[in-house]
Amino acid sequence: MFAPDIILAAVLNGLMTGSVYALIALGLTLVYGVLHIINFAHGATLTAAMFAVYVAHAVFKLDPYIALFIVTPLFFGLGYGVQRFVIGPASHGEDRNILLVTLGLSILIENAMLAIFRSDTRSIDVPYAFSSIDLGFTFLALPRVLAFGVALLVALLLGLLLTRTDTGKAIRAVAREKTGAALAGIDVAHIYAVTFGLGAACVAIAACLLMPTFYVTPRAGNAFVLVAFTIVVLGGMGSIPGALLGALFIGVVESLCGLFFGESLGQIGIFLIFILVLLVRPTGLFGARA
Amino acid sequence: MLEVENLIAGYGGADVLRGIGLEVKPGEIVAVLGANGVGKTTLNRALSGLIKPRAGTIRFLGQEIAGLKASAIVAAGLIHVPEGRRIFPNMSVRDNLVLGSYRRGKPAREANLERMFELFPRLRERMGQAAGTLSGGEQQMLAIGRGLMGEPKLLILDEPSLGLSPLLVEEMFALIARIAGEGLAVLLVEQNVVQSLELAARAYVLENGRIVVEGASSQIAADPALKHAYLGL
Repeated sequence: MFAPDIILAAVLNGLMTGSVYALIALGLTLVYGVLHIINFAHGATLTAAMFAVYVAHAVFKLDPYIALFIVTPLFFGLGYGVQRFVIGPASHGEDRNILLVTLGLSILIENAMLAIFRSDTRSIDVPYAFSSIDLGFTFLALPRVLAFGVALLVALLLGLLLTRTDTGKAIRAVAREKTGAALAGIDVAHIYAVTFGLGAACVAIAACLLMPTFYVTPRAGNAFVLVAFTIVVLGGMGSIPGALLGALFIGVVESLCGLFFGESLGQIGIFLIFILVLLVRPTGLFGARA
Repeated sequence: MLEVENLIAGYGGADVLRGIGLEVKPGEIVAVLGANGVGKTTLNRALSGLIKPRAGTIRFLGQEIAGLKASAIVAAGLIHVPEGRRIFPNMSVRDNLVLGSYRRGKPAREANLERMFELFPRLRERMGQAAGTLSGGEQQMLAIGRGLMGEPKLLILDEPSLGLSPLLVEEMFALIARIAGEGLAVLLVEQNVVQSLELAARAYVLENGRIVVEGASSQIAADPALKHAYLGL
């Protein structure tokens, strides 16, 4: 009922959306893989990062792609500090307490955003917002193509960090065998904080990629994190390749559902898949056996 | 080099260790013996910083280490090879070993790695293999190797012979004798009483969170009443 061109264009658009989902899901799955808890503050962190990009543009006239180099390290530092000095001490060595502390933090951050920025929808104006690349059969929005490239690059770098560097190996060691890691001399509290920092850095990058084409409200992050959570379950909790492939897949599903059922029903396929995965394969595509 | 006085530790509201005192001198092998559930593992966990003692002092090389975090105690040179090995099953044998030298620089790391491969030729053969695919004996070798990679001055071995075949148990005790022969002090926590008493110079017997017997291994081994009462022999 649709020409192949249109379907192909929808798939490409889905992949580009999925790449930004991937960044958000990577942060979520990384924290889950290491600390074994869902970071409930992930959505609020994304919102905060989007506001940071907004402020960088509105006040300091910084382009989001330049702001990326400031916002990302800033959020890494914030994530590190919050885990090390707030969440860690407040959880008293019980990982499950971390979950509650992150829930409290998310409420705190959201309300702080609401107090500072009000509930208005805000967006930024960049000259290239409507630039596009002509593929002959369709046009791709330039900011979304850039987002796709940057997201894949970041996923690759994160993969290299985890497999090739000392810190990455320590993160994987803590994820799998916390006691063994502590006895090998790895500072578990530090690794927890680094992991949280990386999770926050991932959403900070996502925020920079989103802002040229998206808007921000004090609850903007939550919709993304809900999708990201579906992706993490689909890909397998804690799995990095699962998050990446799951995100691209979910992006395409959303785009195709939007095409066939109408834009407002685009996300219906995502949640149908979520329910199916929970019914049929609760460990997800790349999930470890329980 | 290790002096423990009146150590009290436990979980939740309950004390498992109820006033432990013990000492390890440089280059010495000291055994801690006792049945299941008397507090041997809790003692190790308190010494290596996995749990915080409620009271008492732990002095290691003149420094008070009670309550320090585990990574700081490893850095001080007290390394605990835990019961159940606790290796990283999804990582290669080489990465497991290298993580044991996490705090050391690259040259020290490479030298340590070479030393481990000489000590455990099997691990060299299996360098690139995922640690989880090793046999039980090899995994125990790997756990000890990872501990040695951190350049310990005192090594705590928690049940290193547990689950190994009799032949491998022999090999394990020979290995402990060999690494201790190079000047390393060893605190050996074991259920294998006979062989531990043969290897260690001195021994402590733990019962209900207290030390009930201490002395030269030969004395303990020669006292049938004592062995019967506490060690089930």
